[in-house]
Amino acid sequence: MFLNGYGPLVLAGLMMTLKLALLAMIGAFLLGLVGAGCKLSRSRGLRALGAGYTTVIRSVPDLVMMLLLFYSLQIWLNRLTDALGWAQIDIDPFSAGVITLAVIYGAYFTETFRGAFAAVHRGQIEAALAYGMPPWTLFRRVLFPQMMRHALPGIGNNWQVMIKATALVSLIGLNDLIKATQDAGKGSGQFFYFSILSALIFLALATVINLAVLLLERRFSAGTRRHAA
Amino acid sequence: MIEILQEYGKAYLWTDGYKITGVAMTLWLLIASLALGFVLAVPLSVARASANPWLRLPVWLFTYVFRGTPLYVQLLILYSGVYSLSFVQSQPLLNGFFREGINCAILAFGICSCAYTTEIFAGAIRAVPPGEVEAARVFGMTSLGVYRRIVLPSALRRALPAYGNEVILVLHATSIAFTATVPDILKIARDVNSATYAPFSAFGIAAVLYAAIAFTLVWLFRRIEARLLAFQRPQSTGRAA
Repeated sequence: MFLNGYGPLVLAGLMMTLKLALLAMIGAFLLGLVGAGCKLSRSRGLRALGAGYTTVIRSVPDLVMMLLLFYSLQIWLNRLTDALGWAQIDIDPFSAGVITLAVIYGAYFTETFRGAFAAVHRGQIEAALAYGMPPWTLFRRVLFPQMMRHALPGIGNNWQVMIKATALVSLIGLNDLIKATQDAGKGSGQFFYFSILSALIFLALATVINLAVLLLERRFSAGTRRHAA
Repeated sequence: MIEILQEYGKAYLWTDGYKITGVAMTLWLLIASLALGFVLAVPLSVARASANPWLRLPVWLFTYVFRGTPLYVQLLILYSGVYSLSFVQSQPLLNGFFREGINCAILAFGICSCAYTTEIFAGAIRAVPPGEVEAARVFGMTSLGVYRRIVLPSALRRALPAYGNEVILVLHATSIAFTATVPDILKIARDVNSATYAPFSAFGIAAVLYAAIAFTLVWLFRRIEARLLAFQRPQSTGRAA
């Protein structure tokens, strides 16, 4: 039998981990762009906001932040709905997991993107402005593609850290890969076997991310010359 | 908030009256894991930076596996996985070791930190200017002598900024020790949360404590770097230029 009959359970857990990681990555990516925009903005208020966000999040362990946000989000939302006179909205553990991971890793993406935006040559932006590009076109056709070139190594690193951080969501009650393999271990009495299995699956995911980043790097560095080093 | 601090402040910092808890336990986890990781990482990084593939590739595999899997999974393997094996339970020594959550936590953190530290040190060893090694060879130093007196002192100094980051990451990583029933800062925060239903205060205090330790460590490393990496700063010769 497939994994002593625990195959479907482990697969469902893997799907949960992947879904969570993918949504949280998209959220963190967008938050990172906004955060980098704040940190590089001319407004002092926005800069302070961005600096506060990245400093607070990165000086506290992600697990502490996760538990803090997970348990507090619902209380804050209840206060908000009470104040507005709405019915109570319940946050399910999945949304809470996605939101907390996105908020935490958004701070890391902010730092990655801030450095990468700053590395885009000023002349490129001036040239685009001289061509009369509106801001959105400038961002989409000049700033973003060149920024990505500098940001990709950092993005790859963040993805690696993030996929590993999803292992922690089982602690806030999600039926992810870890929970599934631990349950399978409990049920079959083969803790060792199923723990190793979850480790191997994570290792495979890390390898896939490595390859994906390599491919993306090739795509985004089109038109640049490689160092002969 | 005030009541929580009055009632649980001591547990957050050093003891709940019976055993070491909170900040004291987190610092012990941090120091023990870092020491274990450092001692193992020095020889492994030499092997990792070696030209001999029989030395280099096994160490690469070790760091790839331990850096590619979540630390939480590694802790689970040691704490619930290894302990469930019958040959471990039948041996009194192994049984005694793996039964204690704190032993498993320190072992897991130490090995994982060792994998990252090995890569940091190996990078620094590769970056040692070849001229320094050649000069030492010319002076007739043995391979061991070159490593002990030239390569390692220089590489470990240059690795300090990256190692400082690693120390902060290990500090953050220790927060999963509560899953192995170790009474660190986060374990106290969870107990306080279930006793008071005030998650923001309970975890907020923990967050502030972790941040305070992190900032102290950053400050400490800055001081050490200023001292040990003084040679990298531009120097005035004492004479008018």
